[in-house]
Amino acid sequence: MLRKFTSAAAALAMTTALAAPAHADLEGTLRIMSDMSNPAPRAIMEGLAADFGAMHPDLTVELEIVDREAWKSQIRNALSANPPDVVNWYAANRMLPYVESGLFMDISDMYSGGDLPGLDAVKGAMTIDGKQWGVPYSYYQWGIYYREDIFKELGLAEPATFEEEMANCQKILDAGKKCYSIGSKFLWTAGGWFDYLNMRTNGFDFHMELAQGKVAWTDDRVRETFANWRKLIDMGAFIDDHQTYSWQEALPFVVNGEATAYLIGNFAVPHLREAGLTDDQIDFYQFPKIADVPMGEDAPTDTFHIASGASNVDAAKAFLQFVTSADVQSKINGPDGLGQLPINANSSVADDEFIQQGFEMLSQNATGGIAQFFDRDFPAEMASIGMEGLQEFMVFPDNLDDILGRMEQARQRIYK
Amino acid sequence: MTAATDPTIPRSWMQRNRMTITPLLFLAPGVLFFAVYVIIPIFQSFYISTFEWNGLGELSEQGEYVGFRNYQELMTDRAFEISLWNNVKWLALYLLAIPAGLFIALFLNQTIMGIRIYKSLFFFPFVISQVVVGLVFSWFYLPREGLLNLVLGVFGAGPVNILGDPTLATYGIIAAGLWPQTAYCMILYLTGLNAVDPEQVEAARLDGAKGWKMLWYVIIPQLKPATFIAFVVTIIGALRSFDLISIMTNGGPFGSTRVLSFYMFEKALSEYGFRMGYGSAIAVVLFLIMLVFIGYFLWSMYRDEKGARR
Repeated sequence: MLRKFTSAAAALAMTTALAAPAHADLEGTLRIMSDMSNPAPRAIMEGLAADFGAMHPDLTVELEIVDREAWKSQIRNALSANPPDVVNWYAANRMLPYVESGLFMDISDMYSGGDLPGLDAVKGAMTIDGKQWGVPYSYYQWGIYYREDIFKELGLAEPATFEEEMANCQKILDAGKKCYSIGSKFLWTAGGWFDYLNMRTNGFDFHMELAQGKVAWTDDRVRETFANWRKLIDMGAFIDDHQTYSWQEALPFVVNGEATAYLIGNFAVPHLREAGLTDDQIDFYQFPKIADVPMGEDAPTDTFHIASGASNVDAAKAFLQFVTSADVQSKINGPDGLGQLPINANSSVADDEFIQQGFEMLSQNATGGIAQFFDRDFPAEMASIGMEGLQEFMVFPDNLDDILGRMEQARQRIYK
Repeated sequence: MTAATDPTIPRSWMQRNRMTITPLLFLAPGVLFFAVYVIIPIFQSFYISTFEWNGLGELSEQGEYVGFRNYQELMTDRAFEISLWNNVKWLALYLLAIPAGLFIALFLNQTIMGIRIYKSLFFFPFVISQVVVGLVFSWFYLPREGLLNLVLGVFGAGPVNILGDPTLATYGIIAAGLWPQTAYCMILYLTGLNAVDPEQVEAARLDGAKGWKMLWYVIIPQLKPATFIAFVVTIIGALRSFDLISIMTNGGPFGSTRVLSFYMFEKALSEYGFRMGYGSAIAVVLFLIMLVFIGYFLWSMYRDEKGARR
């Protein structure tokens, strides 16, 4: 069995597996539609397509890259008529509409047949109804990115508990700065805050029950989460007018030192570096502990899927195998690539301050479990109504009863 | 004697019906496209609105027939109510573009050096894309760096975050929309003013009319066709307001700036929208509102044409 070899042999294993007779004679056309439209991911995707094409001389690889935001609404058209073979999407509940409508191909046989070594840990996020519907290619941690230099100046240390967090925040406020930058115009950033506060207050399992619609939004435990959130809001911890900014527009607050921290995903780091902050000025810490529950973390996973209407299934499966193989994973998630975490257990993690910290946190300190993100764990409609309520709460915390009532009404309708 | 005029030789069917066939043939492409892209989709929307369907896969397989339940849900949906009220606000306030356009047109309707340059400057906002207008105005409104707050600061007022305040945001967007719409109405009135009869103005002047009276009793009645067109384009513009909302607030803060067209898009087609049936029900309501105006426009055009024929 090739699969028994680990990291060092994985690269070799990959090439051999692909050279095996079953895949050797791939031919025809492989059509890939990707949403990796930002400059760095785009280069990675084009590299992947070119490398895969070079490995299979008889195969023509056609790659079409669609704008990442536009793809979120275009995917349904792309999958309905003359679908490509391979598409990009997101894990967990975000797949559900496409899985239910039979637009993604069931690839459970690839997992059970041992075609995807090193992916056992991430299999769960790809599973709906006990079957697997795609492969991940990258994931990244969320957490609090903060201005190390300002913390030093004010004599603050990375907090481990919510009390310390609030004590720090009070000192930051006293120094005339805001504690957290956030841009909630497009709503989802508020979802990140709720995820963490709820996972810390009530635990990961409760958070998942809420996502699955098993708990009422008006439940006292949910209210407790909001009460913790309100403590920060009442302190004035968040920047003003955040409902007018996108997450990118909220970055300058951190860059200029008007706000000292930002709860966001690792994708913000390149932007902070580009804006002129050095690694001595920015650092990362895990969202602090609130109640005595195992720490759950958000780590959204980006994925590849085979369309159920794919015309070249063999090539599509070989491509998925290629993308998830250990060495390709090390390469595309490296500092020259996506700068994120590889999903293959046998890959090496890039030597980068933030990726290393994130990897350590997720592999050792996320004992509660790993969530995808508010808008990927909750069903689409619940997520959109929910995030709107969360934004309203951040601006008008007094409306909480009304907001929860609305969300509960939506819950009862959506999870029938 | 040619064959066509010889009564003894029977003419072909084509030749006999030429007067009927020719207009029909000319109409056919237009009618065909109008039917395929406008008429049939209207009935499809009605049909889809009676289903619960996520828009993926076939309606007949995946859709669940729910009768009028989508409409019942609309009745209790507060987001729908807000969108409907915002539509009313848009309709009412957008009409300000007509008097504003008229006064700019009157102001510009003179012959001085370089008047064409001034006219084009006033017309400029209509030429640039709505997306650009939206961006410019959202920068103008920015809570800290925006020009508006800078100006308010000079007078000791502010700062206000117009687009972040649920009670003000819609008005902020309408103000942005009025900018290009006023320019549009202005150009309609400028062409209308060219057609004003100078003899009537002269006669009115001899009778001692001037100022407001001249405008109200002599000029404006002659501008009636321009006013009608301005009214039509403004109403339609108000009902299809979408780009500005999408660019400036994305429907927020917390859904307070949505209008029906935006809400429909959000429910049926956006990132998190998988409710084709519900979206169609919203579309049907929007269509019924539009139908009131379209009916009025058609009726008034029909009346005018009949009047002209008499």
